[in-house]
Amino acid sequence: MTGSGPILTAEGLGHDFGRRMAFTAVDLALWPGEVLGIVGESGAGKTTLLRGLSAQLTPCRGRVLYGDRQGRQIDLYAQSEAERRLLLRTDWGIVHQNAADGLRMNVSAGGNVGERLMAVGERHYGQIRARAADWLARVDLDVGRLDELPSSFSGGMQQRLQIARTLVTAPRLVFMDEPTGGLDVSVQARLLDLLRRLVGQYGLAAVVVTHDLHVVRLLAHRLMVMKGGLVVESGLTDQVLDDPQHPYTQLLVSSVL
Amino acid sequence: MEQPSADTMIAIEGLAKRFVLHHQGGAEIPVLAGLDLTVRAGECVALVGPSGVGKSTILRCLYGNYLASAGHLWLRHDGRMVDLAALEPQAVLALRRQTIGYVSQFLRVVPRVPALDIVAEPLIADGLDEAAARRRAADLLSRLRIPPALWPLAPATFSGGEQQRVNIARGFAVAQPILLLDEPTAALDDGNRRTVVAMIGERKQAGTAIVGIFHDEAVRDQVADRLFDIAAARQAA
Repeated sequence: MTGSGPILTAEGLGHDFGRRMAFTAVDLALWPGEVLGIVGESGAGKTTLLRGLSAQLTPCRGRVLYGDRQGRQIDLYAQSEAERRLLLRTDWGIVHQNAADGLRMNVSAGGNVGERLMAVGERHYGQIRARAADWLARVDLDVGRLDELPSSFSGGMQQRLQIARTLVTAPRLVFMDEPTGGLDVSVQARLLDLLRRLVGQYGLAAVVVTHDLHVVRLLAHRLMVMKGGLVVESGLTDQVLDDPQHPYTQLLVSSVL
Repeated sequence: MEQPSADTMIAIEGLAKRFVLHHQGGAEIPVLAGLDLTVRAGECVALVGPSGVGKSTILRCLYGNYLASAGHLWLRHDGRMVDLAALEPQAVLALRRQTIGYVSQFLRVVPRVPALDIVAEPLIADGLDEAAARRRAADLLSRLRIPPALWPLAPATFSGGEQQRVNIARGFAVAQPILLLDEPTAALDDGNRRTVVAMIGERKQAGTAIVGIFHDEAVRDQVADRLFDIAAARQAA
């Protein structure tokens, strides 16, 4: 943890689709090395908020600040489109729920990982291939399948490949939308263990959107609970889950199977 | 707060805790009200009272696992008193790393993580390098008679007593200056109970302030300097 301030700050963030409010009045501060979970039912505005935080959607209200490697606080949406894209390539990573949204399905597994390296200026083919192989191993994928297309991988393998592609450029901040959604329970468990290990090992800061309380219990230091576009409760993960205050959070916690 | 003496480690002032169950007719369960308790360095205070009186609730409030409904939870952190009840979550995490150790009644950890890693984890989080953390974890597990064959296994299949000893090893791993113990010896045999009593004694010697729940009266008599009767304190208030 550095003393240089939050890595991500949202102030009075809000967004509407036409006349329908998606989320509003969101304030948050995420610190280096910290994992924030955002939970709530579908339609609560979680994914839209994640997109608003991660330069994928320009929010109608409020601002997002990014604390960069030099300790500067950068107003995300006051930047040019090109500057935001550079940030997405170098400092940030995004893990989509649907691996196909984060991968190029007609490019080999190694190519998927290597592409991100080339986007930040790596040119040496041998080195790119070696680092791609290294990252396949780090996410427990068979290095022998480096030249295969992701479409020949199972859902869990595709998700691990997407994580390798995201982390190969050593981002400081990662956004994840339902990273274990749609996977078998045993595959989910392995993927969660992997994410937990990588987050700890590389001191990543992360924002994880999920409807699964098991995921946040394992991964997140802090929790935000959303309902109807509003943050109804936030706090330390174990505190929110063990001593929920808001009626909606109590319902959520008591509904775990 | 009043000026605390230099060896005050915990000063609870007017702690109240009530639970509101919104989906059970908005029932209110008042557990604690107007509770005051001061604990000094090197002192062990045993919480006593019938089941349901709020003993574990006090420990959970002191760890930031439950939110206080009212009052202050002053803890000495980095040489000054801070009110846990008023801290941001980020600051509570720092307190847990450096200042407050907690042995819960039951081991609740990430499934699939080996026993040795469970014990080493708080040491690594506190900044120790991995090899040293694992050595210290191995020492603790050995002292608590967990056979080395079990160290690489996840404790889900361990016996109740073994799980509790892994839990104790984890809670004692980083020698935080405040230690909260919730029934640490409940499932242990005589030999291990003696070991835990000795470990508590060593921590008191080293100046740790301890608040604990010990149903075993023999253990309580050996470790506690003072009993805090919650029901009696409530009537006096």
